[in-house]
Amino acid sequence: MATIQEKVTARFPEATFTTDGILTITVPASQLTELAKMLRYDTDAPMDYLVTIVGMDWKDSLGCIYYLMSSVTNQVVAMRTSTTDREKPMLHSVADLWAVATLFEREVYDFFGIIFIGNPDMRRLFLNVDWVGYPLRKDYDQAPELNPVSVENERQTDDTHVWEQLPDGKIVETTREIFTPEQFVVNIGPQHPATHGVLRFRTAIDGETIQKIDVYMGYIHRGIEKLCEELTYQQTLHYMDRMDYFSAHNYHHGLCMIIEKAAGIEISRRAQVIRVMMDELSRIASHCLFIGTYCMDLGATTMLFYTLRVREQILDIMEKTCGARMTFNYDCIGGVMQDLAPDFVEDVKALLEVIPANLKEYNKIFTGNVIAKGRMTGIGYLSREDAISYSITGPSGRASGWACDMRKIRPYSIYPELDFEQITATEGDSMARFKVRLEEIKQSAHILEQLVDNIPEGECCVKVPKALKLPVGSWFEIVEGCRGAFGVYLESDGSTKPYRLKLAPPCLPLAGVVDHITRGQKIADLITIGGSLDYIVPDMDR
Amino acid sequence: MYNLSGITDGIHQFLSSFLAPWLTVTVECVLIGVLLLLVYSVLALFYIYYERKICAAFQCRLGPNRVGPLGLLQSVADMFKILTKELIHLKNIDKFLFALAPYLVIIASMLSFAVLPWGNGLQIIDFNIGIFFLVAVSSIGVLGILLAGWSSNNKFTLIGSMRSGAQMVSYELSIGLSVLTMICLAGTMSVGGIVDAQSDLWFIFKGHIPAFIAFCIYLVAGTAETNRGPFDLPEAESELTAGYHTEYSGIHFGFFYLAEYLNLFIVAGVASLLFLGGWMPFHIPGWEGFNHIMDYIPGTLWFLGKAFVLSFIIIWFKWTFPRLRIDQLLTLEWKYLLPINLFNLALMVCIIVCGFTL
Repeated sequence: MATIQEKVTARFPEATFTTDGILTITVPASQLTELAKMLRYDTDAPMDYLVTIVGMDWKDSLGCIYYLMSSVTNQVVAMRTSTTDREKPMLHSVADLWAVATLFEREVYDFFGIIFIGNPDMRRLFLNVDWVGYPLRKDYDQAPELNPVSVENERQTDDTHVWEQLPDGKIVETTREIFTPEQFVVNIGPQHPATHGVLRFRTAIDGETIQKIDVYMGYIHRGIEKLCEELTYQQTLHYMDRMDYFSAHNYHHGLCMIIEKAAGIEISRRAQVIRVMMDELSRIASHCLFIGTYCMDLGATTMLFYTLRVREQILDIMEKTCGARMTFNYDCIGGVMQDLAPDFVEDVKALLEVIPANLKEYNKIFTGNVIAKGRMTGIGYLSREDAISYSITGPSGRASGWACDMRKIRPYSIYPELDFEQITATEGDSMARFKVRLEEIKQSAHILEQLVDNIPEGECCVKVPKALKLPVGSWFEIVEGCRGAFGVYLESDGSTKPYRLKLAPPCLPLAGVVDHITRGQKIADLITIGGSLDYIVPDMDR
Repeated sequence: MYNLSGITDGIHQFLSSFLAPWLTVTVECVLIGVLLLLVYSVLALFYIYYERKICAAFQCRLGPNRVGPLGLLQSVADMFKILTKELIHLKNIDKFLFALAPYLVIIASMLSFAVLPWGNGLQIIDFNIGIFFLVAVSSIGVLGILLAGWSSNNKFTLIGSMRSGAQMVSYELSIGLSVLTMICLAGTMSVGGIVDAQSDLWFIFKGHIPAFIAFCIYLVAGTAETNRGPFDLPEAESELTAGYHTEYSGIHFGFFYLAEYLNLFIVAGVASLLFLGGWMPFHIPGWEGFNHIMDYIPGTLWFLGKAFVLSFIIIWFKWTFPRLRIDQLLTLEWKYLLPINLFNLALMVCIIVCGFTL
């Protein structure tokens, strides 16, 4: 880590550093592009994976924190920059270095009004085109009169704005069309069986061939990050299961971990084991549902029922212990809400017994099917470079050959002690994404096997004050959800509520890559590709 | 073998004994029409129940089991529901074509009923180009689908109907050629003649290899022709919501729905006519006693039984296989089925000329 710091100091003498877990480099806005370029193309540890861009309002200034990770050394570095202009804040875009930045910067623009010079698509991402104000700014006016609930058709625009800096330093705004008038544009979504939620693909097609896709999201945007700023730390947890509802445990785990780290709470070994077991059970359930719905997208309806059998069994286990079958609110600050149900061990063992037979059956019915092969092999190819550039983590990224399992590369909780493999494939197509998930079920089952007989005795939750106050500071954690890396950024001003809680879900980049990998493919392939990426819309919209 | 032509002739004589000839024909036509409609709707109800039960069995479910014994009345209840549904009137559509389309589809499948071999002597019309007529009228259906897709003024329906047009026109070729192969063997296009030619042995055995190839191709093409999975692209629900009939409601939707099920029956019925002897019982040359026992089972049962077994296979396809993509679908037809079919036709002709049939 020192080497990066040395290199940066050598080139940017004004840069300041904080090394509290993650190296944070603070530079003036004018030097950001240079620094980003240097980190991105560093020879030893190229920071090629942009985890997230955290928009910030520090009251006196607006700014961004870029979390970067190197796919070579798995080292995390943060760049921090700010601008004091609140009227028309502008920063330079990094969209040319990381493809996913286009999307992340749109989000920051949407919530903070920071314009990124050079971003090819500066539209709002989640909110309406005529939304008044920027909600995550601290001086945002929440008066309902400003943004009344519309009873008319949705307002939208077919134009996007681009701010460019001319060679003489002048910044000009130009308007560009997203689709030309001659293009035949079909709305796939927001109400559509294959979008897995309320997501809208504006698809320009030529016959059956896709020319361009404009992803239009925000239909289930609830402003969870904004809501969390008004809640105590315990209360913020309740929103984690409303994002990726299949990774509820994993997301809870992530937020609990960061709050515990900030507050310096040590949790018991028993709670750790229970959390990991719940994470892995969720992963199996989530992947089972993926297999079922994916096959259904491809027209093989019957598979759904076979995979739901296993999922049902897991949900029964969850119900007994957590009291819910969805939106579990089980992990809490200091451990887990309550102890395991008495027959938990027995139920998990019964589950582990049926999984191999079921996987065999799935392969027999679907994976080897000639039509399934024809539909998936070679469809939606995503190269390793693109996967990293678009921040495609999780099984989808690993199918492109990028070893991005956070349980392995940034081990947390008790994962370092466990024996499991990180599944990767090199094909990068829909078939690989499908198979990686099948294999991951096996690995999760293997983890459960190791733990089910070794749940230590002890208390499941340590005592935590009701009005939990965190020290002033900022923290960043990444955990592995069922669909990829889930990053949490927490900034505290010393009160009982978070000053800023940024949630970086894996599904937003997944939606962002759809346009890139569907171009030139058929309409039916959009369904194949979308299904194989396995995005969850509430997760991207938040 | 029961010959039901005696009964039908009896009715004819009874009617003409006190009615003028033109009136006799009119009365008979009305009677047959009513009967046909009745059979049509009862079969549709049965098929809906049949498919739901089979699909439930595949999917570890029970299927309909609440309305009536074993859920038998479920489809009747569904039918009443669809009859009471409102026909939603859409703006900015071609109203005439929009209303015409479902009738075209259903008329096409009803006309095909006329030449199916229901039983010995139980046929609505038996003329020398029976099979040709069947192939011709079943092609009308695609017109209805194209019109439905076009007149709905919706991009999804348009894509669905365009797919359907490409698909049905292509697979018509395969159906036509495999039918032609069997006509070579039968030496006649009359439905009655084809059935009679199988009185000693069914064509699938008589024509052995080429007949079996033709049978397989016919089943595949027939499944595609009826727009059923894995060839259900025109209405691929995960891509096009409901394809060409997205905008239809009430009984107009019901017509498409009925026609789809009845087309399944027609495809299975024609397959049983061409390959499995229609209503002809299972006969093995030389086994007189066995043949005699088989004759005790009425021909209508034979025909329906064969049709249901073949439909079961087609339903089985649907609930097992994923859906093909449009280019894969057309590749299958033009690059594989069509050449195989042409070769198969030549093979069949050779076999007949050389007298190698069983």
